[in-house]
Amino acid sequence: MDATESLPTLETARKLGLLPDEFDKIVDILGRQPNFTELSIFSVMWSEHCSYKNSILWLKTLPRDSDRMLAKAGEENAGLVDIGDGLACSFKIESHNHPSALEPYQGAATGVGGINRDIFTMGARPIAQLNSLRFGDLGLPKTRRLLRGVVKGIGDYGNAFGIPTVGGELYFDECYNTNPLVNAFSAGIVETGKVAKATSYGVGNPVFIVGSATGKDGIHGATFASEDITAASTDKLPAVQVGDPFMEKLLLEATLEIIATGHVIGIQDMGAAGIICSTSEMSAKGEHGMIIDLDKVPTRQPNMAPFEILLSESQERMLVVIEKGKEAVIQGIFDKWDLNCAQIGEVTAKGENDLGRLHFYRYGELVADVPAYDLVLGGGAPQYQREYKEPAYIKEFAKFNPDDVDDVTADELTDVAKHLLSHPNICSRRWVYEQYDSMVGTANRSTNAPSDAAVVSVKGPGLPATDKSIVITVDCNSRYVNAEPRKGAMIAVAEACRNIVCSGGEPLAVTNNLNFGNPYVPEVYWQFVEAVQGMGEACRRFSTPVTGGNVSFYNQSSDDGPVFPTPTIGMLGLMEDPAHRMTMNFKNEGDLIYLIGPSSDDIASSEYLYSYRGVKAAPAPYFDFDTEWRVQEGIKTMIRSGWIQSAHDVSDGGLFVALAESAMTGDKGFAIGTDARHRTDAFLFGEGQSRVVVTITPDQVAHLEGYLNDSILPFQYLGQVTAQGFTIEDKQVLTSHEAKALYNTALDTIMN
Amino acid sequence: MKFGVVVFPGSNCDQDAVDALTLMDQQVVKLWHKDHDLQGCDFIILPGGFSYGDYLRTGAVARFSPIMNEVIAHAKRGGYLMGICNGFQILAEARLVPGVLLRNTSQKYACKNIYLKPQSSDALLTAGLDKPAYKIPIAHGDGRYFVDADTLNELNDNGQVLFRYCDEFGNVGDDSHNPNGSIDHIAGVCNLEKNVFGMMPHPERAADPMLGNTDGRLILEQLLKGALV
Repeated sequence: MDATESLPTLETARKLGLLPDEFDKIVDILGRQPNFTELSIFSVMWSEHCSYKNSILWLKTLPRDSDRMLAKAGEENAGLVDIGDGLACSFKIESHNHPSALEPYQGAATGVGGINRDIFTMGARPIAQLNSLRFGDLGLPKTRRLLRGVVKGIGDYGNAFGIPTVGGELYFDECYNTNPLVNAFSAGIVETGKVAKATSYGVGNPVFIVGSATGKDGIHGATFASEDITAASTDKLPAVQVGDPFMEKLLLEATLEIIATGHVIGIQDMGAAGIICSTSEMSAKGEHGMIIDLDKVPTRQPNMAPFEILLSESQERMLVVIEKGKEAVIQGIFDKWDLNCAQIGEVTAKGENDLGRLHFYRYGELVADVPAYDLVLGGGAPQYQREYKEPAYIKEFAKFNPDDVDDVTADELTDVAKHLLSHPNICSRRWVYEQYDSMVGTANRSTNAPSDAAVVSVKGPGLPATDKSIVITVDCNSRYVNAEPRKGAMIAVAEACRNIVCSGGEPLAVTNNLNFGNPYVPEVYWQFVEAVQGMGEACRRFSTPVTGGNVSFYNQSSDDGPVFPTPTIGMLGLMEDPAHRMTMNFKNEGDLIYLIGPSSDDIASSEYLYSYRGVKAAPAPYFDFDTEWRVQEGIKTMIRSGWIQSAHDVSDGGLFVALAESAMTGDKGFAIGTDARHRTDAFLFGEGQSRVVVTITPDQVAHLEGYLNDSILPFQYLGQVTAQGFTIEDKQVLTSHEAKALYNTALDTIMN
Repeated sequence: MKFGVVVFPGSNCDQDAVDALTLMDQQVVKLWHKDHDLQGCDFIILPGGFSYGDYLRTGAVARFSPIMNEVIAHAKRGGYLMGICNGFQILAEARLVPGVLLRNTSQKYACKNIYLKPQSSDALLTAGLDKPAYKIPIAHGDGRYFVDADTLNELNDNGQVLFRYCDEFGNVGDDSHNPNGSIDHIAGVCNLEKNVFGMMPHPERAADPMLGNTDGRLILEQLLKGALV
């Protein structure tokens, strides 16, 4: 190494985001002072984003196993779940919060690109995408600019890439004013015998970089994502990457082709921390080293420094290790797709004292010599137990007493109904989803048959024919999680399951996106610890293991403090038999409407309480796991017995909004009574959990009620599906026309 | 009849077209853009997608693809050719059908079901269609059809307008049913010889009963009548 280069100091390490202890540890690992390139390598690999250093100890408490699990959390780029008949579903969710806060269009676009590469690097062809978006107060011009940019970014990337965006969630609260959350989910299908691994072995096997050329964009992006956002953050614009969906589409096709040759030893996409991340993670996994000549990496600019090439987060690139002697086969495929394909090095043996070292050369000189194992999560990367403390607000919220809130009067119902149906958290998301191609691939079964979760046929070029569908959803009511992190996270899991069950699927597994504030703040870390424990408990009880996901800390600003703790649940379900399909829209005038699940006097943390009554301090709503479980099992039985015409879960906005959504999507109305045993506002607008609205044709009454009585499920008859109008206790609250006008155009009106 | 679906780099509806035609028991092959062989296909389809990324004008690069020499020659010989969405944009760039496709008036990409009213009474694609309106998905950002006034008159006089956007009952004329601001509500046109068809909506996305809408299949089935000619 160049002896004339002055070695960096602890101060440089600090600027790169490393702690003094971490600097000492690096010196210890290397047995000498690191040079700047090496220090940069450690700083990104040990950043929160790559190392999960402040979360991994708690993540390990999540359930990670089931009969269907083909790759456990953290083993591969994404979770891999056996869906039978020799097929597996690879699925994952990932955040691009910090880039989207600064440059919403590219931030969101590259988020979509990154999550899809995680899927197809395993050999799986993506078939559907979802996204979970959270923004601040929609009254602010800045929020509207961010929403516009993010939606356009997701649309332009996903639409050109050619994988449908089939659902998602959108939520507004002022806690996200500075830090929006952009979580992208993708699911793909692969034959179980054709799964590619993120590994590297076989001394002498060639190492290729394929796809886009490497530029100076996104350098230290991973470090950037591991800091609070400040006014100076816009100075970091070069840390945001730029996406090219056309390149991604070509890379998808070429990648699946090379994997199909059987000559690929290992492959990994280049996301956070670029070449250094892929070389170290693959080498550590395969317990080999690599020798890499950085001069051979195709670059966009001349004279890039070694750390720039190593850390660049230029998009649409893959690192591939193949069998020696098969270079021409791989080259031929990339030539066909007009993509870069450059051999940049080869696999080396592990040493006597290490599991494999990475040697990087530039202009003939060794510029970095680091052990792969010590860089990576699960290897030598630091793992911290952070201190945590219950925030003071929790006890305040618990003091909430619904008796202090007036119940709604009959005269107020129309007012509340209008408020909720036109509220940005509840109204139609049409303004957003019509900007996404939701139908490419001709597999989205929800376009003409709406349901609580998206149902997507398992099909794609080269895949064997099957009747199976995947049933997917993303869910998290972060207001509940903020109010009570443990219970709120359990509700997020339960609601995801409920959505899948109401659509005819069987919940299988979870990917999570844990969006939190600064982990060094004990109150924030308490939210994290509680939420992870709640999620773990719910996932164990629903037998839906966590297959992986993403942690995004530092969603916090000096102005607004931390965002609501937001552990987004992405859930995969399976529908084996197309006949099990269930939809949410009311079908026939005269059908009978039932509420399955318990009614209560609960209005806690409902949209009604929060934004109509203006009461923001309240605990999470009612949730009882056993009731939830029995309701979901009951819904499965009702669907499979063919008794019910529709099923729709009661969530944001309560029973009234659930009825309104089923009525509007079915072009019908409803007439129901209320329940004298409960507050009217709680009955209609409360968000107590474990409730589903179902409809039946009148000839099924005996079947349904007989079953419900036998299984001791709580239920009540609500009323009937009508031709039009929303009628409560014989009084029309809204006409169908008024309701649709409010619901369908609320977001358009604000955004256009 | 043997169908050929051209695959440009960036095409993403090629497989959907293949699937729809396969469901209809048709023989169908994919044709690679770098090749010069139409493999004996009777009917060529240019599918939807973002050919070459569409970073220039939509379809502007794809029309220069190697295989387009053969596709254009096929059309000039009277062979059947259909462009859907990006395929329509490529046909327009190649001047195989009149007109251009501009940015939607909303300035936004739009994906949703719309309704189409068949127009031409003697074009292969529409002559046999008898429903007042067909529910078909659209998915495009640049779908605003435009021609000058003289050409518009010619198109109308010659029966070259294939489809117009309409409401669910087949009523044409209300702008709220025109999803992109196309002139005279035009959703698809053919050439004067009526062997080259272009349309922005995606009939291949409404061909599989599993998706709950088969109006697109009714449209695609018209193509099979070409075999009898």
